[in-house]
Amino acid sequence: METASAKAKMRVQGLNFYYGKFHALKNINLEIADRKVTAFIGPSGCGKSTLLRVLNRMFELYPEQRAEGKVEVDGQDILASRDDVSLIRARIGMVFQKPTPFPMSIYDNIAFGVRLFERPNKAEMDERVEWALRKAALWNEVKDKLAQTGTSLSGGQQQRLCIARGIAIRPEIILFDEPCSALDPISTAKIEELIEELKQDYTVAIVTHNMQQAARVSDFTAYMYLGEMMEFGETDQIFIKPKRKETEDYITGRFG
Amino acid sequence: MATSDHSSKQYDQELESMRSRILQMGGLVESQLKAALDAFERADAELADSVVQADRRVNDLEIDLDRAVNNIIARRQPTAVDLRMIMGVAKTITDLERIGDESTKIARAAKWLRDKETSFRLNRIPDIRASGDIAAQMLRKSLDAFARLDPSAAAEIIDADQGVDERFRAILRQLVTFMMEDPRSITSALDTVWAAKAIERVGDHAKNIAEHVIYVAQGADVRHATPEEVRRMVASG
Repeated sequence: METASAKAKMRVQGLNFYYGKFHALKNINLEIADRKVTAFIGPSGCGKSTLLRVLNRMFELYPEQRAEGKVEVDGQDILASRDDVSLIRARIGMVFQKPTPFPMSIYDNIAFGVRLFERPNKAEMDERVEWALRKAALWNEVKDKLAQTGTSLSGGQQQRLCIARGIAIRPEIILFDEPCSALDPISTAKIEELIEELKQDYTVAIVTHNMQQAARVSDFTAYMYLGEMMEFGETDQIFIKPKRKETEDYITGRFG
Repeated sequence: MATSDHSSKQYDQELESMRSRILQMGGLVESQLKAALDAFERADAELADSVVQADRRVNDLEIDLDRAVNNIIARRQPTAVDLRMIMGVAKTITDLERIGDESTKIARAAKWLRDKETSFRLNRIPDIRASGDIAAQMLRKSLDAFARLDPSAAAEIIDADQGVDERFRAILRQLVTFMMEDPRSITSALDTVWAAKAIERVGDHAKNIAEHVIYVAQGADVRHATPEEVRRMVASG
């Protein structure tokens, strides 16, 4: 068992994942530390996005996909859970590569998710929308145009809107799947700054192709290759003195 | 030590060129030190002048290599073994440049000897040559260890530094005796103290380079560790 030296929020044990007959994740074991940022790096097709999709059962949207093993959140196995999957995803939010605002107002983009789980009155909802937008460092830019459509915002703002939407339903864990790959460097810096702030309250896992981004934002880094967890450790250790040659070759650009 | 090539051939070339230039700088400093020791032993002012001259080339290489280090950090964002190599090179540059400076100090002391009466010159006491030889050998071995990234060879150099330190103390004791016997020897004895101190510093810098080699090769920081601790850390990889 790969162990992070902080309290574990999620514990993945003996996880195997299949796309039909293709064995995409091979016996993954790791702990994701509470209120820390854990980054997943590795070449395309290594399984890092697949792993992220297992962590909130997003994979169940597709037939022919199957996970074996355990993914525990605070000791409860979410793969075996019979709870409504949307309740699990409310605890474990996800932000995607391309911003995906709903075709509705900025306000409703955030209120929509909240209404699925709660019945706040108007004042409470206003408060919640402002709180989420402030948390996502977007409030000052949109406070005067909450009725405008979400798609009218810039790419970086749309991504922060999606983060606000995820935060609004008060998740415990936020999963980021390459959140900055469609963004310019300034928007990227804002998202990275935001991730740094989010970890005060949330457990964060991020998949990124940008190794420097993993180095900048994460406390722990996992290097994956061909569906296996090659190395997992503190980010400083991985980027200065990785234990395995495979990890070193990848992060120093000696790959392939 | 990852020896396979980067996907970027240009990056490989940049690192290789940096590595060969630091070894070139090391070779230059090595001959500068040897010339300084000879100049001191023979009180040879001409040779001493050539040592001072050579220091300009060492300084030029220092600036050149510093620039290469900055460029690689800015453009490549090195990680893991590459990052450790860059850090090792950056620190080794400084140590080599300082060895050049110490050699210049020895050369200056050699020139002062010329103005002293031959009977009072103390430049040939055996421990001076011996400690100079050990320091020069440490420097050569540390450059070899750097070229091969050999942590075991580096650990031996760290051991050898104790020899230089001990001889420095022995030299001081001898010189104090001379000075007490005949105060006319004091100015000459002081020249020899400066040279002996410079040699002792060369040993320290060679030891630093050996420590950088261990850091580059194994990621272990052995500064301030005892020689026994260093051996243990190197053995455990």
